[in-house]
Amino acid sequence: MAAAADRKSLGLRTMTVTFVVIWLICAAFPFLWTFWGSFKVELDFFSINNWSDALTGPRTQETYGSPFTGAGYEGAWIQEAFWRNAINTAIVCFFVVATSLTIGTLGAYALSRSGRNYVFWLLIAALIFRAMPPITLVSGYLPPFFQYNVWGYLPTAIIVLVAINQPFTLWMLHSFFESIPKELDESAKVDGCTQFQAFWNVIIPVMWPGVITTGLFSFLLAYNDFAVTTMVLSESNRTMIPAIAAFLGTTQTEGNVMFAVAAVVSATAPLFLLVMIFQRQIVSGLTAGAVKG
Amino acid sequence: MKHKTFFWFFLPTALAMLIFIAAPIVSVVMQSLFTPHEAVLVETKNCGPFGCTTATTIDQEATAALRDAEPMGRFVGFDIYKDRGHLATAEVAEAWHSRDSLSGFFGDIYDLPFYRALTFTLTYTFVVTPLLIILGFVIAISVNSLHRKLKGLVIFFSLLPMIVTPLVGSLILFWMIDSRGILGNFISYLANDPDISLKASTPLMWVSLIVYGIWSSAPFAFVVFYAGLQTVPRDTIESAMIDGATRWQQTRYVVIPHLMPLVTFVALIQLMDNFRVFEPVVGFQAQAHATTLSWIIFNDLGGETRQLSAAATTSVLTILGVAILLSPVLIRTWRDFRGRA
Repeated sequence: MAAAADRKSLGLRTMTVTFVVIWLICAAFPFLWTFWGSFKVELDFFSINNWSDALTGPRTQETYGSPFTGAGYEGAWIQEAFWRNAINTAIVCFFVVATSLTIGTLGAYALSRSGRNYVFWLLIAALIFRAMPPITLVSGYLPPFFQYNVWGYLPTAIIVLVAINQPFTLWMLHSFFESIPKELDESAKVDGCTQFQAFWNVIIPVMWPGVITTGLFSFLLAYNDFAVTTMVLSESNRTMIPAIAAFLGTTQTEGNVMFAVAAVVSATAPLFLLVMIFQRQIVSGLTAGAVKG
Repeated sequence: MKHKTFFWFFLPTALAMLIFIAAPIVSVVMQSLFTPHEAVLVETKNCGPFGCTTATTIDQEATAALRDAEPMGRFVGFDIYKDRGHLATAEVAEAWHSRDSLSGFFGDIYDLPFYRALTFTLTYTFVVTPLLIILGFVIAISVNSLHRKLKGLVIFFSLLPMIVTPLVGSLILFWMIDSRGILGNFISYLANDPDISLKASTPLMWVSLIVYGIWSSAPFAFVVFYAGLQTVPRDTIESAMIDGATRWQQTRYVVIPHLMPLVTFVALIQLMDNFRVFEPVVGFQAQAHATTLSWIIFNDLGGETRQLSAAATTSVLTILGVAILLSPVLIRTWRDFRGRA
C-alpha cells in the first residue's frame, strides 16, 4: 500500500531527477573544472579565443609537450614556498582542535551537569559571543599584541582561534553531553569516583562520537579562517588561506595566476578527503543543533 | 554539581572567552570613542637681522609624554561615529536639505562609504537568505525521493560548496565567471555581447556575489531540512492521502508545517552569518562595485596605516547590526527556558 502510494507520475520523477542532476553539476562542476584547469597554462585556463582550450590545452601542449603540466604546482609549492604555509596550517589546526576540545569538553560537561540558573546565562553569553563576527574583534587584539610583542606568531593565532571557537564548541558539546544519562556519572560517584574521575573514566569513553564531530567543526573553523589569521600573523608565519590571498596581489602582476589556482586546488584537497571520510559526522553535527530546536 | 567543582571545570573556557572575546569588545568600544593624540606643535620665533620668522616644529618630548600619560588617546565622544567615513550625519543632513527628490537624496547617501557598504550588506543578507532556504528545501525534497544508494553520493557533493573555505570557493567561482573563463564566455554568448565583463558592471557583480552566497549556504539548509524530512510522521501523510490530498497538498499542508521550526532556525542562523559576508568581496575583487561592513573593517585594519579607531567604530556599528538580528534568537531561547522552568 505504502509502496503503491509512493509511486510518482513519470513527469514528476523526471523533474526531480533533472533537478538533482542540475544541482549536482552546480555543486561539483566548479571543483572539477578548476582541478582540471590547474594542470594547464594560464592562456589555456583563461582562454581569450576559445573556452574549450581549457579542456584540451593546446598551448600547454605547445609549451610543455603534453596537455598537462605541473608547472602551477611547482611554482606555488617550491618557488613561492607554499609548503611552509601548509606546515603552518597543519600546526595551527592541530593545536586549535586539541586545545578547544580539551577546555571545551571540561566546560560543556560542567554546564550539562550543573542544572543551576547561571548555566542558562552562560549559554546565552556564549550564544552572543558566537554571533560576533570575528573581524570586529581584531581591532581590539592589535594594540595589546603589539604592546606585549606577541603579534605575528603562530601561538598567538592559535589562542585567538581557540577562544573564537569556544562558544560554538560549548554549545555543540553541551547538546551531546545532555544526551548522555546523568545516572552514569552519578553511579560512578557513588562508587567513590571524584567528579573528574567520573568525567574522565566514565563519560569521555562514551562521548567519542560527539567529541569527533565537534573536533571536525573546530578544524574547519581554524582551517577556513581568513580574516583573523591575515590580521594576526606576520608574513613569514602565514597559513594557507592568507597566503592564497597574498598570491593574488603579487602573482597577477607577474602573470602567474596559475600559482594561485594550484594553491587553491591544494587547499581544497584536504577538505575533500575530510568530507569523504567524515560525511556522517558532519551531517549529524549540522543537524544536532537544529533538530533539537 | 557543587559550585566549586563547576568553577574549576569551567574556568579554562571562561578565561579564554573573557580575555579574547569579552575584553576585546570592551576595548573596541573604547577605541571608537578615543582618537590618537596629535603631535604637540610648538611655534618658535627666530629673529635675525632680516626680521622675525615663526617656525612650527613638533615637540617630540611633549608628544611622547602626552601619549604616555593618556595611552588611550584623546577622548572625542561620538565624533568618529559622525565623521564622513561612518554615519556621516552632517553629509546626510545636507543631502536631505539640498535635494528635493528622494532618489537624489539616496544617490548622495550611496556615495558615502558606510552607507554604500550597508546597502550591499543588507541587500545580500535579505536576498540570499530566503533564496537559499527555498533552494535547500527543493533539493531536500528531491533528494529524499531518490534511491537510497544514490543519496549518500548526492549528499557528499552537496556538502562541498559549504565545507570549502569561503575565500577558496569564491575564487573558484570568480575564475569561472571571469570574462576569459567558461561561465564568462557563456554569459557573453547569451547576451550576445563579447565585451560584457563582470569586473566592469556593478549589477553583474552584485548578482554574482548573491549567486555565490546561495551556492555556498544552500547545502546547510538542505542538510537540515533533509534531516527534518526523515522525521515527518508517516501516519499523517497516509491519512492525508486517504482523504484525497494530492502530492502538492501533502507537501503544502503536512510537510512544510512540520519543517517550519527548522526554517526559522536556518533563517535566523543564516541572517547572522550572511550579515558578516566578507571573503567573497576579496575573492571577487568586488570592492569597486560592492563593499560590506566587514570588508570596511578589514580594509581599515590592513595596510601600512592601521586605522584602529575607524575600524573600531565600524566594528561597533556592525556589532549593533548583529545584535538586532540576534534579538529574535535570544527572545526565543528565553521563552524556551521560561517554558521549561
